[in-house]
Amino acid sequence: MGLEVYFTILSQPSRAVLMFLESNAIPYTRKALDLRKGENRTEDYSRINPMMKVPAISDDGFNLTESVAILKYLANKYTVADHWYPKDIRKRAKVDEYLAWHHTNTRPACASLFFNEVLLPARTKQPADTVVVQSALTQIKNALDKLETMFLKDSRFLCGDEISIADLLAICEVMQN
Amino acid sequence: MVLTVYFDMLSQPSRSVLLFCEVNKIPYEKKVTHVGGGDNRTEEFQAINPVMRVPAIKDGDFVLSESAAILKYLAAKHNTPDHWYPKDIQKRAKVDQYVAWHHMNTRENSIRVFWTEVIIPMMRGREVDQARLERQLPALEETIDRLEQVYLKDQQFLCGDDITIADILAVPELMQLYGAGRNVTENHPKLTAWIERVKNKLQPWFDEFHTPLYKMRQKRLKGEKAKL
Repeated sequence: MGLEVYFTILSQPSRAVLMFLESNAIPYTRKALDLRKGENRTEDYSRINPMMKVPAISDDGFNLTESVAILKYLANKYTVADHWYPKDIRKRAKVDEYLAWHHTNTRPACASLFFNEVLLPARTKQPADTVVVQSALTQIKNALDKLETMFLKDSRFLCGDEISIADLLAICEVMQN
Repeated sequence: MVLTVYFDMLSQPSRSVLLFCEVNKIPYEKKVTHVGGGDNRTEEFQAINPVMRVPAIKDGDFVLSESAAILKYLAAKHNTPDHWYPKDIQKRAKVDQYVAWHHMNTRENSIRVFWTEVIIPMMRGREVDQARLERQLPALEETIDRLEQVYLKDQQFLCGDDITIADILAVPELMQLYGAGRNVTENHPKLTAWIERVKNKLQPWFDEFHTPLYKMRQKRLKGEKAKL
């Protein structure tokens, strides 16, 4: 059975998990789900993830959702370079701090823009709601300002001078737009 | 090395951090940071947390924000009993899973309703925007359903049979709505029993820290306006 990873390539957190696996040469089986065909809404998949979202993993029967939890689990389980999720409690706390902030800032801002500018118009065949798009752009600007002035400030990566799982999650959101 | 906790008692994640410190007998100094009074906007506080939110901590020369990060840091630093944030990677992953979901579900949907019902009317001196409330309630109800059916299920606590940081983050959010006069777990006896179990593990500090909300509830149920 091994490690199975359920994802869709358009999903930002899915890409973060895949990139982590690939760059650490962790063996896994890809299980691509086509959300437009409702492949995340099957009974089989709801047993892996009752929330029916991606990404999710099944590791020899151990099911886990939420990309942040998945990345931490993989970093803890496999022998990966320390910088991904440092063992030093202060450095680790700084990664945890960004990852918490990410949920309520980078992610919703970037997801909202993509949803309102691309996904919803494609689905409804209506033009994007410019008021909602403008609001999402303002949210993104605020998030990016903080990324630059607070997290990046004097370091090369968000949580220090080496890449961590924080950067993987953030970059996938920024790339969506 | 002194640990200072910057908090506002009306902030749900602030209460989570204070409760964790108290129940684990972690020595700390309290620094009231009254958001309504602009204490979070001082230069002094911005040096602790540039995003100007509570809670935040200063541990010696180390500053940290975000309650989820703070709780995990304190658990590691003070070697608290394993159940709070287990070292077993699968048990730990289950706690991380809830904590990730918490931000945009339990926390987000509780806050939205609390703002609509309490904060905005108080700030603007207006009645509750009922249409807005009606739009927000379904998401809160879905969150409550999922807390019960996906996380709690037949366990004693959200991530297993012992209390974890997941429970200490979730319950104060639901208590905020209790303060607003809501009975969010009314039709969910499992969740109601779970809240009691969490409270019992965290007394006497649970009642002490939630007293402002208990008082708010009493006033609101009598039809008096809340003051923050």
